[in-house]
Amino acid sequence: MPHGLSHLDRLEAESLHIIREVAAECRHPVMLYSIGKDSSVMLHLARKAFYPAPPPFPLMHIDTTWKFRDMYAFRDRMAQEAGMRLIVHVNEEGVAAGLNPFDHGANYTRVMKTEGLKQALSHHGFDAAFGGARRDEEKSRAKERIFSFRSKSHAWDPRNQRPELWHLYNTMIHEGESIRVFPLSNWTELDIWTYIERENIPLVPLYFAEERPVVRREGQWIMVDDARMRLMPGEEPQTRLIRFRTLGCYPLTGAVESKAFSLAEVILETMGATQSERGGRAIDREASASMERKKREGYF
Amino acid sequence: MALQEPRTFTGTGGETLAAPDTLRILTCGSVDDGKSTLIGRLLYDCKLLLSDQIADLERDSRRHGTAGEGIDFALLVDGLEAEREQGITIDVAWRFFATPRRRFIVADTPGHEQYTRNMATGASTAELAILLVDAAKGLSSQTRRHALICSLMGIRQVVLAVNKMDVVGFDEVVFARIAEEFGAFARRTRLQTITPIPLSAREGDNVSAPSPNMPWWQGPALVPFLEQAPSAPGTESAPLRFPVQWVCRPDRSFRGYAGTLASGRLKAGDEIVVAASGRASRIAAIGLGETPLKEARAGQSVMLRLEDEIDIARGDVLVAPEARPEVTDQIAAHLVWMSEEPLLPGRPYWLKAAGRTVSAQVSELKHHVSVDTLEETAGKVLELNEIGFANLSLAQPLAFDPYADNRETGSFVLIDRFSHATVAAGMVEFSLRRAANIHWQSLDIDREARARLKNQKPTILWFTGLSGAGKSTVANWVEKKLYAAGRHTITLDGDNVRHGLNRDLGFTDADRVENIRRVAETAKLMSDAGLIVLVSFISPFRSERRMARDLVAEGEFVEVFVDTPIEVAEKRDPKGLYAKARAGKLKNFTGIDSPYEPPERAEIRLDTTSGEPEELAEAIIAYLKAHGRLS
Repeated sequence: MPHGLSHLDRLEAESLHIIREVAAECRHPVMLYSIGKDSSVMLHLARKAFYPAPPPFPLMHIDTTWKFRDMYAFRDRMAQEAGMRLIVHVNEEGVAAGLNPFDHGANYTRVMKTEGLKQALSHHGFDAAFGGARRDEEKSRAKERIFSFRSKSHAWDPRNQRPELWHLYNTMIHEGESIRVFPLSNWTELDIWTYIERENIPLVPLYFAEERPVVRREGQWIMVDDARMRLMPGEEPQTRLIRFRTLGCYPLTGAVESKAFSLAEVILETMGATQSERGGRAIDREASASMERKKREGYF
Repeated sequence: MALQEPRTFTGTGGETLAAPDTLRILTCGSVDDGKSTLIGRLLYDCKLLLSDQIADLERDSRRHGTAGEGIDFALLVDGLEAEREQGITIDVAWRFFATPRRRFIVADTPGHEQYTRNMATGASTAELAILLVDAAKGLSSQTRRHALICSLMGIRQVVLAVNKMDVVGFDEVVFARIAEEFGAFARRTRLQTITPIPLSAREGDNVSAPSPNMPWWQGPALVPFLEQAPSAPGTESAPLRFPVQWVCRPDRSFRGYAGTLASGRLKAGDEIVVAASGRASRIAAIGLGETPLKEARAGQSVMLRLEDEIDIARGDVLVAPEARPEVTDQIAAHLVWMSEEPLLPGRPYWLKAAGRTVSAQVSELKHHVSVDTLEETAGKVLELNEIGFANLSLAQPLAFDPYADNRETGSFVLIDRFSHATVAAGMVEFSLRRAANIHWQSLDIDREARARLKNQKPTILWFTGLSGAGKSTVANWVEKKLYAAGRHTITLDGDNVRHGLNRDLGFTDADRVENIRRVAETAKLMSDAGLIVLVSFISPFRSERRMARDLVAEGEFVEVFVDTPIEVAEKRDPKGLYAKARAGKLKNFTGIDSPYEPPERAEIRLDTTSGEPEELAEAIIAYLKAHGRLS
């Protein structure tokens, strides 16, 4: 006898349960919001979990100041529609030190994202933070719990994770410790896209093909989103029909050439993809173990 | 083996993706039986690997692989850096693959004995288990152990994947012998459907398509079988169970109850009762986000409104009136122990069940379950990865179903009250109806009345510290002073109580816990009688001192930490015990070969190196006066 619920219905039900469990048991939760498609799905689920009440926690964006312009506009609109407080945190120490994605690469990401996140969590005293990470994204994520326990210094110890049984999540922590919660753990990239289509979830336009100014750099298309983009010798911006499969800081995020203008076309393209989704992110291409190291240090 | 160009998994026919369902699978079996290889093979065969992932895999195979020139599929799933270096799988990895008919969520669990807890974790949500056996080696104790854990965790269907058939020349006799041997073992468990399949994960035989190397095999290949196996059988037809997770009250006009249906179905107009209180109402409306639903069913996460305003809180369970669960504070359950710290009967833990967390203790460890022979053996404690059957006593009654009937409302976890680690997985076997049969006798003369007659406030003064710290000496001074002031007192001294009430107990951790439990209960009875109780016990563990504190009202329990450094206590050694312990003639001696956990927030801390016993006693009297315990 088959189970009555479809795959997406079961994923949705599990995520709603996880989000409400955090609201019920944690003192001071926050939802990390990165403006991308996974964050959009997570926000949609949070609103669904408590409807007709707004979600009982704020949204927080760790801003590196180098996101696409379209992302900032979209962020402000979504927070307002959800009726949620939006906290924007910028690591001012990093800004003061003049860190930028052109000169400082991995160090820039560590300071502006990882350190910025830790600063913000400590500053506001959040004991639980939702993140949109999925287990299918990367090998070390595949082993992370849905409720991922962090020490006082925000570190993750992969050898000392709490067993997670049934739908009973242990949320008990000591003062200063915190929990990262991943309600989308069991979703795949394709699940995300088909759910966005089913639920008609709004997305940043950058996910859809459009003619945009780009340069070719290290085998990737990098968009020239504003005047701060620093061109290498010989680089000449050109207009290409491109879209993004994942969104980050614009100088570090590779686009793909695409004619997918609609959601249906994006889904078809995703199913036929020959590159995994994070292949476009410079941050993930270093060593295959780099993500695990970043997470131990406190990266989401 | 040549690499194929990856393709989309919808194939060329372009089948639609309309609402496929899900099967949650657990893979388990001994180390080296090829679990990770099988999952890598499934991902590969289902065309879910992308070109950059295949390139990574080829590179990793050359660097760390064990498959010579071929692709080592195990590297796909052995995610953590440490594992790749050591070539073992140390944690549950979650993997996802899909066919046009179905999506699969796979928990790949490690085979090493010390990681049994991870297997139980993966098994808790799985609907089917693939149990791997190496055809060349046959069944091992790990195979049996994992089958038993599957059975205990409520998995009813198992695929016995007899792997590495290529190594035994695809021999039908080898396969038949293993299948038969396993069948004989499985009949003694609660596993219901066993499907043996001969295969080779590395070579791909009988994985996604029938193998030409085993023409004698008439059964299905693995993937076609998984595509049609039943998922979550029976939960919709079971009686309604709706644990309330969140009470939603955005304004006065709206009062909703959010949660996930553990079992059964619901529609507007249905009558429900609250399991614990028995209060009844009807469903007024069901919603999922902005969408109103006519009906909700097992597994759905919804918001309910009721026709009547009745008292309902998080953790209450809404149930079908004609099929109610047991509401009880005494249960018998199987426990899978998951902590380095052993289970100690009598020690209080947090018990978390659907939406509720209460204090609970194991009142009796009935027996251990041997996972190799299924035999029941006696034991006083439960160690990491051991499985036991125990009676538990809860501080408040909760609604439970037997786990065999309902995995969601028959399960719980135990949490350590200090480290906050999850220490056990629990499966309710049945409720002990003792709670229903032993009622509190209400008495006309209560503790306040008795205390009033004595014109004093009953208080428990709990002295803790090392042997030779000076607990009894100071307690003795305090009692003399209270007696002189006309107060009614009693002293419970560790050594004295062990001559009578507790003479059957030794000095193991388990016995120390029981020792303190009895003394704490005795102290409570004495304080009910209106007495000021002085307890002078080493009482080395925080958990048990906390248990004693929780027995009485706030303020009635005063913890006195007699803080004497071990060097000083050992120098005093009034009973010559340290000398014996050092000489190895006395085992489990606190401070020497048994731990002492100092209090974190004792009401009174005494430094015996800087004051005479009588002065220290005065300080305690002063504390009692300052806090209104003594007039």
